[in-house]
Amino acid sequence: MFTLQEIKRSLLVSIWFVFLTFPLMVIRVDSIEKTVQWRWMNMVYVAIGSFLLSFVFRYMLQRKEMKSDDNGDDDKKDKTGRSFIHQGLADPRYRNIILGSLLAVALIFPHVFSTYQTSIMTTALMYVVLGLGLNIVVGLAGLLDLGYVAFYAVGAYTYALLYHFFGLGFWVALPIGGLLAAAFGILLGIPVLRLRGDYLAIVTLGFGEIIRLVMENWGEFSQGPSGVSNIPRPSFLGIDMSLDTALIYTYYLMLLFVIFTIFFVNRLQDSRLGRAWIALREDEIACQAMGIDKMKTKLVAFSLGAFWAGIVGVIFAAKTTFISPRSFTFIESAIILSIVVLGGMGSIIGVIIGAFILILLPEYLRALSEYRMLAFGAILVCMMVFRPQGIIGSIRRTYTYKKQTDGEVS
Amino acid sequence: MDYFIELLFSGLSRGAIYALIALGYTMVYGIIGLINFAHGEIYMIGAFTSFIIATILTILGFPALAIIVLAGLAAVIWSASYGYTIEKIAYKPLRHAPRLSALISAIGMSMFLQNYVLLAQTSDFLPFPQLIPDFAFMEPIAHIVGSSDMVILVVTTVVMICLTILIKYTRIGKAMRATSQDRTMAMLVGINVNRIISVTFIIGSSLAAIGGMLVASHIGQINFYIGFIAGIKAFTAAVLGGIGSIPGAVLGSVVLGLTESFATGYISSDYEDVFAFSLLVLILIFKPSGILGKVDTQKV
Amino acid sequence: MHQPILQVAGLTMDFGGIRALNNLDLDVSEGEIVALIGPNGAGKTTFFNCVTGIYKPTKGSIDLFHKKKNRQISLLGMKPNQVTEQGLARTFQNIRLFSQMTVLENVMIGRHCRTKAFILGALLRDKKTMQEEDEIIQTSHEILTKIGLQRYENEIAKNLPYGAQRRLEIARALATEPVLLLLDEPAAGMNPQETIELVNLIQEIASEGQSILLIEHDMKLVMSLSERIFVMDYGKKIAQGTPEEIRNNPAVIKAYLGEEVDA
Repeated sequence: MFTLQEIKRSLLVSIWFVFLTFPLMVIRVDSIEKTVQWRWMNMVYVAIGSFLLSFVFRYMLQRKEMKSDDNGDDDKKDKTGRSFIHQGLADPRYRNIILGSLLAVALIFPHVFSTYQTSIMTTALMYVVLGLGLNIVVGLAGLLDLGYVAFYAVGAYTYALLYHFFGLGFWVALPIGGLLAAAFGILLGIPVLRLRGDYLAIVTLGFGEIIRLVMENWGEFSQGPSGVSNIPRPSFLGIDMSLDTALIYTYYLMLLFVIFTIFFVNRLQDSRLGRAWIALREDEIACQAMGIDKMKTKLVAFSLGAFWAGIVGVIFAAKTTFISPRSFTFIESAIILSIVVLGGMGSIIGVIIGAFILILLPEYLRALSEYRMLAFGAILVCMMVFRPQGIIGSIRRTYTYKKQTDGEVS
Repeated sequence: MDYFIELLFSGLSRGAIYALIALGYTMVYGIIGLINFAHGEIYMIGAFTSFIIATILTILGFPALAIIVLAGLAAVIWSASYGYTIEKIAYKPLRHAPRLSALISAIGMSMFLQNYVLLAQTSDFLPFPQLIPDFAFMEPIAHIVGSSDMVILVVTTVVMICLTILIKYTRIGKAMRATSQDRTMAMLVGINVNRIISVTFIIGSSLAAIGGMLVASHIGQINFYIGFIAGIKAFTAAVLGGIGSIPGAVLGSVVLGLTESFATGYISSDYEDVFAFSLLVLILIFKPSGILGKVDTQKV
Repeated sequence: MHQPILQVAGLTMDFGGIRALNNLDLDVSEGEIVALIGPNGAGKTTFFNCVTGIYKPTKGSIDLFHKKKNRQISLLGMKPNQVTEQGLARTFQNIRLFSQMTVLENVMIGRHCRTKAFILGALLRDKKTMQEEDEIIQTSHEILTKIGLQRYENEIAKNLPYGAQRRLEIARALATEPVLLLLDEPAAGMNPQETIELVNLIQEIASEGQSILLIEHDMKLVMSLSERIFVMDYGKKIAQGTPEEIRNNPAVIKAYLGEEVDA
């Protein structure tokens, strides 16, 4: 690996990157004070960093190419090698132990850790659900939705404005927020889902921005850029709760919702509908030739995803008690997409792990949080280039209940 | 009437800038069928590079013309280098991957570059020096057409003519057209497709860099986020004209520029971006092939 | 003569100024194997695409006679999935499997249009849904056994050998319970051994009363399988009849068959 030639190549790469990053990394000017600041140390960092990274990059590329060369064998190897998590979950005994202990940890979490930690964990759980919702759209049905945050915004604003104008409470707003987001999904979906994949991505992106800009500019309706404040936290049988209790309550609410979502998405995946989505992702024309209504199937995926985003939107508004258009920028959509891509498109466990990594890591490693978006961008690129299936790739199910059918057959 | 002409010219110069960026989208799309989401960031990097170089040269006391030329040159060189490098890192390994993988990679690259500039420079708006002086001969009509509008229009026209000549009459242009029609076939007749793709990225990025410098000098401030909005608008223009078509990109840009200019001038400036995004959504829904684009049918 | 189950009359398809299909008539009776042949570019696949709703023909009629419903249904203007629902299932010339799904799942997709479960069914997993799921798996399994692919059942489709992929396409189409099965060059790219196996398979399927319309280049296969043959050239029908008649038809020999029959 460390042949002279390789080192020479990396040296060239390093020189190239020093040149490339020179004006932006090294120089910083102030056009008013008329001063120039030279940051030569950055040049050294870039040189060393790119020298090392170029080895990694080449090595990873080679590994990937070798993999795709002997495809058949490797798939099998990969299946057993990679997925001890899958295997663990496949065995019902282990599964019960793993899930049981996870649940126990989740249940006692707010009593062991501070409310601050609980609040962060609630946020992470929200992103788990958002990721799972987007996973239906992107991972299963293969529709790249870059405006997912729009539906999230619809949910949040539904609760905020319903409370603001009509004084409606959380529990009434929750289903309305979800349904309204789903309705937006259908309205946008009908004309848009006919489009080819990459156009769909851009239109949804445009739609997301439109929703945000309207909220920003339509002052009388949405209170403009200053946002809506004093949104009440979720209520429980009208009991007055202290701030801490309310936060813990929100946490449990979210936990319940996460469990329900996992349960639902898992069942969806293994259903007639879920199979149709995956088939649609693979080949639209063949899918139609098999009698699958393309529009209807896509529309269901799109609006289901929107529904989930809407619900989380309501919970988000209730949790933070304040929303403004700034919470619903494209970056938010990009974060949710990163979660799905990092975890593994179509894989429930993957998406959950992805959400925890991407949301909790920057929270706890404060020093890193500055580099958060930089890292998200890099993650998207690296995952696509080196590991398109994500950390936990989705495995095709090999019909477990097929065995009993087998028994009947043979 | 004066107001109308003022809006007309500001619309045209907007359109000219969009065209400079839209060409990069359309050329890359024509050759590898990818929406190069990071293209707006190239434009932003062009603006930043020219800002840095121009400021240094101003401090050193260079004459105005030299500053414009050198800053422009630097913007082109570095933007082109970024374009080239991005293709090699984020797109080339995905040449045979599904379309969506490459698009996700492009989105990632765009986020990366935005935040790279944010961290390496600043998140504040930077005042951009006015590189283009107010010409004396423009004085009588200065209240309608600004000098920089004029310069933008002239520069864009010259660049367009050069590009047309390059694509129509040179060897590399021919190879580019061949590659965009059928990549495999082009490879079979001995065209170095990888090189053509690199050249396309370099040309597209250079155009964007010129656009970046002109806009920055015209508007007077830059920030790391300018590439995102400009990129989407230019993409709208490219789709409006028919993505993959070079005259289409120019036509689409002019239409978009005029629409924005008149809509903000006569209706409301609050919804400036909403107009562009709505236009994008509407075109893609009702005429995805654009004004000059060809319909691509899927082969069964 | 049986009642024809598929009756195509005056089918014309224009692409811009090019007439790909010109006033084409074709019929398939119940339980028949019919072949559509013709030189490259004669418009055979275009014909399939028109019949299955992927293209909208310029003129003409396409009617399917549904025995169970005992009535004629016009397929004109239907979307591909509706055509399949009515009872026409096809395979593709260039294999279009769901390559990341397992073999069994590929066939299960074929059951989609004959089953109903939806969101609520998926969520609740009520008795009806579970019965339906069992039925889907059971039927798909049986079809795979019949086609001879049961040992690949849990393989990812793209990892199958070429011949098996082609057979899987047939299995998938059969899962939609077609009134008429359309095969678009099922032997394309197969070696002689695989072709023989394919002929046996098609005959076996047909012996169960399945009507089949196939497009094929391999003359031996067409001649040995089909009961009637339609010959196309430049979008027009130039002959029709039994294999014997086609073999001796001068127009056909001139247009297309000449050397191949001699050889």
